[in-house]
Amino acid sequence: MFEINMDDILETIGMIENENLDIRTITMGISLLDCCDSDINKACNKIYEKIVRKAENLVKTGEEISREYGIPIINKRVSVTPISMILAASGGNPLLYAKTLERAVNTIGVNFLGGYSALVQKGFAVGDEVLIRSIPEALSVTDHICSSVNIGSTTTGINMDAVKLMGEIIKEAAEATKDKECIGPAKLVVFCNAPEDNPFMAGAFHGAGEPDCVINVGISGPGVVRAALAKIPEANITEVAEMVKRTAFKITRSGQLVANEASKRLGVPFGIVDLSLAPTPEVGDSVAHILEEMGLERCGTHGTTACLALLNDAVKKGGVMASSSVGGLSGAFIPVSEDAGMIEAARSGCLTIEKLEAMTAVCSVGLDMIVVPGDTTPSVISAIIADEAAIGMVNSKTTAVRIIPAIGKDVGDELNFGGLLGSGPVMKLNTKSPAKFINRGGKIPAPLQSLKN
Amino acid sequence: MRAVITVVGEDKVGIFAKVSAFCAEHNVNIEGVSQTILDDMFCMIMIVEASKCICPFGDFTEKILEEGKKQGLVIHAMHEDIFNSMHRI
Repeated sequence: MFEINMDDILETIGMIENENLDIRTITMGISLLDCCDSDINKACNKIYEKIVRKAENLVKTGEEISREYGIPIINKRVSVTPISMILAASGGNPLLYAKTLERAVNTIGVNFLGGYSALVQKGFAVGDEVLIRSIPEALSVTDHICSSVNIGSTTTGINMDAVKLMGEIIKEAAEATKDKECIGPAKLVVFCNAPEDNPFMAGAFHGAGEPDCVINVGISGPGVVRAALAKIPEANITEVAEMVKRTAFKITRSGQLVANEASKRLGVPFGIVDLSLAPTPEVGDSVAHILEEMGLERCGTHGTTACLALLNDAVKKGGVMASSSVGGLSGAFIPVSEDAGMIEAARSGCLTIEKLEAMTAVCSVGLDMIVVPGDTTPSVISAIIADEAAIGMVNSKTTAVRIIPAIGKDVGDELNFGGLLGSGPVMKLNTKSPAKFINRGGKIPAPLQSLKN
Repeated sequence: MRAVITVVGEDKVGIFAKVSAFCAEHNVNIEGVSQTILDDMFCMIMIVEASKCICPFGDFTEKILEEGKKQGLVIHAMHEDIFNSMHRI
């Protein structure tokens, strides 16, 4: 009578009801290259018109799919061509673009729009530096616009002038939003090896090699993986890896289904599924708790990097077979303020910034949503970016820095952003000065592994 | 399109009658039923054909959830593809 197994039905419903299985985001990538104009006001009008035309049904369609398939789709978002490219053609005040994008967001009703971005890994082109210097104000006068800057890559090396500048920009962004829990830098990511099809915020932008319009989907499901591991408490590590793979396969298949359906209903080609395990501050939706389920007393202790490496690899192996096209960041995220287990571990002092840095060598992003003391100097922030970018550059992987200087606060205090961004304790940094190194400027040359041809 | 309806709640007289009447009112045809009582909890899974449902299927899922709440039951209606995609290669 039934072609679908009863146990499978109950398992799926259990994942959604009890283990927080959801689709984290449907992100529509929209190219703005055809909106370039030498008159900035005309360019703004074209941008507004194009985003609203392409994405007017995005939220409604996402909600329809969610209701019919019974799987929550948490966010509907838009990513656009890096605005520095549009600014290169028009010149003028980049804040006009930020305000135009915010207006478009308010019309179509998405949660976030990413792409107030510049790619400067090899140097600054026309528009890049002006846009970067406008980021603090752009993030303070808008609520939904996200910004990212790519300062290095395996093939180009690291632009240390940009690294120095971004330390200052992050500090300014925090100062500009100090009456709003310093939320500015929570919407700003500094990348090495930035992917051009990433659907996750705050680092999403629509790369220059992407089609005119595309649908990318980001999955979630740390709670499902943890629950699966809780069922095999005595298993050896090989079996743990197999269980993660099997679970990641199922999660990703639901993401692929939603991606296909959204693509069909919106008449927009499907781009990629991003296989990331993305936590939220809700209990039962934590990557740290998966690592603890593997056998660590607390995330951040010795063994954390090994557990995370296993998790990250098994998620990819399980997910890649479940999707016709995988991209974006794809791996496990470790944002401190967005993960209940990471927050607990940081509060207890078990999880330190040095351990987080080691973990970023084996996970899919980097130092993410980390709150640091308000008196942290720009050169220390720049040096953190340089360290992180070096890990990404040498290992041919994406790394990123999203840290938030808590203006007027120190170790022991907390910032509370609310919603998906969560809350985070101020973490201790090493304060010996790297200023001389940062002030030298120049470039870290590309490593030997860049010469693959 | 086919869908899966799951019903969970405290066992009492007439649950099956109410859910099947609700389906009939919406022109949703029941193709198969599996039902059991676990620790006094009523558990039922139905496979239904909902192509000719009188309202959009998304609306049907919300209405049946509401109807369930009135009876003290948790009722989910979901497109069968979510199960097919997750559990079949």
